[in-house]
Amino acid sequence: MRQVMDGDDLARVTRRIAHEIVERNQGLGDVVVLGIPTRGKPFADRLAEELTSIEGRPIKAGSLDIGLYRDDLDMRPRTRLGPTIIPDDIDGRTVVLVDDVLFTGRTIRAALDALADIGRPASVQLAVVVDRGHRQLPIRADFVGKNTPTSQDERVSVRFAEIDGEDGVWIGEVEGS
Amino acid sequence: MNHLLTTEDLDRATLEELLADADEFSEVLNRPIPKVPALRGKTVATMFFEPSTRTKMSFDKAAKALSADTMAFSASTSSLSKGESLKDTALTVRAMGVDLMVVRHGATGAPWRLAEWLDIPIVNAGDGAHQHPTQALLDCLTIKQRFGSLDGLRIAIVGDIKHSRVARSDIFAMATLGAEVILVGPPTLLPLDTEGWPVKTTTDLDGVLETVDVVYLLRVQLERGGGSVFPSLPEYTARYGMTNERFSRLKDDAIVMHPGPMNRGVEISHEVADDHRALILQQVTNGVAARMAVLFHLLGGESNE
Repeated sequence: MRQVMDGDDLARVTRRIAHEIVERNQGLGDVVVLGIPTRGKPFADRLAEELTSIEGRPIKAGSLDIGLYRDDLDMRPRTRLGPTIIPDDIDGRTVVLVDDVLFTGRTIRAALDALADIGRPASVQLAVVVDRGHRQLPIRADFVGKNTPTSQDERVSVRFAEIDGEDGVWIGEVEGS
Repeated sequence: MNHLLTTEDLDRATLEELLADADEFSEVLNRPIPKVPALRGKTVATMFFEPSTRTKMSFDKAAKALSADTMAFSASTSSLSKGESLKDTALTVRAMGVDLMVVRHGATGAPWRLAEWLDIPIVNAGDGAHQHPTQALLDCLTIKQRFGSLDGLRIAIVGDIKHSRVARSDIFAMATLGAEVILVGPPTLLPLDTEGWPVKTTTDLDGVLETVDVVYLLRVQLERGGGSVFPSLPEYTARYGMTNERFSRLKDDAIVMHPGPMNRGVEISHEVADDHRALILQQVTNGVAARMAVLFHLLGGESNE
């Protein structure tokens, strides 16, 4: 696999997106940050850390699992459920969904369905580390760390020290293909 | 896991996965809209050949919270009274388009036969005095939520062990999760042979009371009435009931559980039943989440194996 971002790149991108979130929303009064497990969560935590230092008050990221909302449950092995923790009321607020990679858009479609069952945000924005293209649904990200063209059968691996022991982004062929 | 028939063959990893998912389903059940689309398009049939209200309602709620459709079969109003066999009844219901069957039957082993006859997952909701695995899951979930883990806990199961499928299910699940299980009851209500069971047995509740973390009271089957198995109800209460006096001697953080329906004043006093350390209603709530985890494990995802 070839590396396209290292730990420093990831840190810079996190900082930039945090600033963009503040700028777009004119402060963070109404913003709730929710990471999509597994790897949207550590990215959301890091964004929350940056937002905390920008705003000077503690901001905590929540977690929104989409395992029960997938449209392909019948076509894949059963996935483990991740935690759903909503730190704040989301009605009338701005929810920033956070994930590691934006690909087909189906995960985000499922996340929007999950959100609708939990409350009615005034608006929903999307932040991702990597947008790799190949959308199958009319979905786009508001905040993107890196636009990286890929081929369909490549694999994009965003790694976080909390889970993977290292920070960075790698791209490679799927094993066996 | 293709079926859930017994807790005896569940390994620790599977149990912990079911409990972890059940915990997530507890969160789902607390949402403003306590329903997820995970099993949309699936049909769950509840087949109860023995009367039951709470278990049947609990499975029904679990299936609906996962957006599955449900069909109910009750022995009393069915063609069983016209002499149809268990096998023909099950095949008939299956032929209507059912993806999973939840079965309660008075005969030990009936769910295993159904698992042989049918090509869909079977969940045992109680077979004779043998097994009731989802009860064990909800019990373990309740204990885990309270203590964080079952490892090293001392759990006394008190009462009519001999005729209890709840006890038979709990024993194996709790022991697999690392708890020490002690069976407590009059000699006439303890099983004759507990060889191969991961348990200790005693007839002396007062002897273990002060050392246990969980007291799990079983229902006194009033219809058995005493006489042959124990002298009288007051006698049972005096030796094995969770009286206020016994409750006061428990460890400060010990909890009391009961599978319901309970006989207040017999195996549990009114005051203890309403105490915040009696987690009986929590068990009922957890029953829905635990059963959601089971249904999701058996039906969520491409067909197993």
